[in-house]
Amino acid sequence: MTAPSVKRVELDYTGSERLTMNMGPQHPSAHGVFRAVLTLEGETVVGVDSVIGYLHRCHEKLAETLTYAQYPSIASKTDYVAAMTSEFAYVRAAETIGKFEVPKRAQYLRVIVSELQRVASHLLWLGTWCMDMGGALGGGATIFLYCIRERELILDLFESLVGARLLYGFFQVGGVRYDVPDGWIASCRETVDLLDSRISEYEQMLEENPFFMARAQGVGVITRELAESVGISGPLLRGSGVNWDLRRSDPYSSYEDFDFKVPVETAGDCFARYRVRMVEFRESLKIVRQALDRLPEGPISSRPGLKSVGQTRVPKGETYVRVEGARGEVGCYLVADGSAKPYRMKWRGASFSNLAILPHIIPGHKVADIVAIMGSVDPVFGEVDR
Amino acid sequence: MAVKPPIPVIPAPVWRNFKDLQEWEQLHQRRPEGDKHSAAFESLTDGIHSFPGGFVVTTGVDAFLNWARKSSCWPVTFGLACCAIEMMATFASRFDVERLGMVPWASPRHSDLMIVSGTVTIKMAPMLKRIYDQMPDPKWAVSMGSCSNSGGPFRHGYSVVKGVDRVIPVDVYVPGCPPPPESLLNGLLLLQDQIAHFHRTGRRAAPNEKVD
Amino acid sequence: MTADQARALIAERFADAQVEGSAPIVATVPPDRWLAFAQFARQELGCGFFSFLTAVDWKDQGLEVVARVDNLDHNVSLFMKTRLGPGVSACASLTSVYSGANWMEREGFDMFGIRFEGHPDLRRILLSDDWEGYPLLKSYAVDTPHPPYR
Repeated sequence: MTAPSVKRVELDYTGSERLTMNMGPQHPSAHGVFRAVLTLEGETVVGVDSVIGYLHRCHEKLAETLTYAQYPSIASKTDYVAAMTSEFAYVRAAETIGKFEVPKRAQYLRVIVSELQRVASHLLWLGTWCMDMGGALGGGATIFLYCIRERELILDLFESLVGARLLYGFFQVGGVRYDVPDGWIASCRETVDLLDSRISEYEQMLEENPFFMARAQGVGVITRELAESVGISGPLLRGSGVNWDLRRSDPYSSYEDFDFKVPVETAGDCFARYRVRMVEFRESLKIVRQALDRLPEGPISSRPGLKSVGQTRVPKGETYVRVEGARGEVGCYLVADGSAKPYRMKWRGASFSNLAILPHIIPGHKVADIVAIMGSVDPVFGEVDR
Repeated sequence: MAVKPPIPVIPAPVWRNFKDLQEWEQLHQRRPEGDKHSAAFESLTDGIHSFPGGFVVTTGVDAFLNWARKSSCWPVTFGLACCAIEMMATFASRFDVERLGMVPWASPRHSDLMIVSGTVTIKMAPMLKRIYDQMPDPKWAVSMGSCSNSGGPFRHGYSVVKGVDRVIPVDVYVPGCPPPPESLLNGLLLLQDQIAHFHRTGRRAAPNEKVD
Repeated sequence: MTADQARALIAERFADAQVEGSAPIVATVPPDRWLAFAQFARQELGCGFFSFLTAVDWKDQGLEVVARVDNLDHNVSLFMKTRLGPGVSACASLTSVYSGANWMEREGFDMFGIRFEGHPDLRRILLSDDWEGYPLLKSYAVDTPHPPYR
């Protein structure tokens, strides 16, 4: 009786087998509806195809059917995390073509709310990015809950000013809609002081954490040429060494009156973008303090009161107006034809261009780095899909 | 070597299974029969209930099971748009939902509740239906915000579904744009009341005029 | 490189372009010079930052493709426009010059039906692949129903 022969089969796995994986429109990292079809070789991503459009809400076509008085509250739904800067772009575009004067008090109020909104948006960014990297039940929820707690302070300020927490109809062609109520300036100052101290706490907490440093440093490096060619803006551009901030280079709405620093880092990785945003926190709070100190008296709008939705007629012309949103250059290309509704309105969403960088920087990283990179790119899908 | 990424294939929309959407909406009205439940179990409980004095057992067990269901109703995080930010604020520490027992859970296989927060577009609707189908019974759905109630400010858009109830059956509608966390909490408490009336074999209660 | 120098350079290299303004410089070029102008803007004018690319539907006069590029070091903005003419919906693609044009042109194709020649991967981006019609054209109604959703 012969012994059974064991056949040895040598598996020749060279590791070059490719797997297509779907990171679907619903996923736990709280960025919204984004689908990435990943081509993986083991754990390393080799190709990314991003599918967007799951939140395409016809903003541009709807803007052609809504008047200049009706659209600003819809405009806030593009970048819904930083709604003030979204409305700002549209309203400024209409004012630029129509050459409507904006009173100084309104300009200062616009600056105050934009900077407070930038702080609130960066708080949400920090909370969700750390939660994505740390896990919702693990350590990531710590920073998330802290940041949401601070954000609630700012949203309370907005609620007493405008009436809404997240999506406001604060901007109006010619100025702003509401004036500050009594006691708002004092509570704003208190909030700003509180936020300053808390942000130092979070910086310390994160930078002493070796896991955070390992996951953020060296990950997702964007070179300067790639950054400019793709058209990314905001903290992504400044994290790659380009000193470009619209508030400094193309000042609007009295930003030239304020003294603030524009943070620039050269490393281009997630940690650099994190550092840029952390410095931006402080600089925004500085701007808010200066604006509160020097808030001039006067009217809040050169066209106060809403008598009819069609009252604002913008003469023929076209313009492209850009504001420095929390995510980058939010722009509105407006073609007006003399009636109360625009002829063509295009949103240049900061996150649309920012997201276009993903197929260039993700390949070569591991699957877990995608979460860190996406968080540091900070997309908001209202802006991407409009 | 340059990798050509695959052209993504978007799954075929599930609505093609129905003759037309009106049929699906009618199904929604008659949804109580749609929940999966076992006929043998139903006949057993009916037997106990019709036994003299047996109603004490069935209503007591109902009350206990419904208390368990409503006190640990886990929502699947289905944040689509702006309402997702308010939903996250509701899940955070100021307007805690965890005190109601709701642990937000990313996997639909382990959750009972889907809070549809945000605009449902035609491209997203089949994905939403797929996630809803992956949730085990009994499941509930809360439509948060005006976009998922009826299409909201984007109702006239060509790519917007005019209300998520054209895709899935909804139990509670929370109005607002976005609804502040207090409103969403109100809606979730109303949902808990609805769950409390969930019948012994899993049949849903008729809408209560006083509450719903 | 100031705006005036840029305008002078454009005037001497592209005599058939209409140039106006200085912040931003608005240059209207004929469609067959679109790609050459973009390459000139990138290499000679140093406009490396690609802001956006879109189109406008002037009903009877046809489509117009608009792009904006910036020179970040010298703060010079250039608005490039080209009128495609009535009935024409094809244009040269700028993806070989600027990588950001990739998604912007896909959106132009999705919304207006403009076929960008030379684009590596021209397919719909914001709407599903089986969508019929190009929404941002003036002939498309905003509430066009998409069956079976009514």
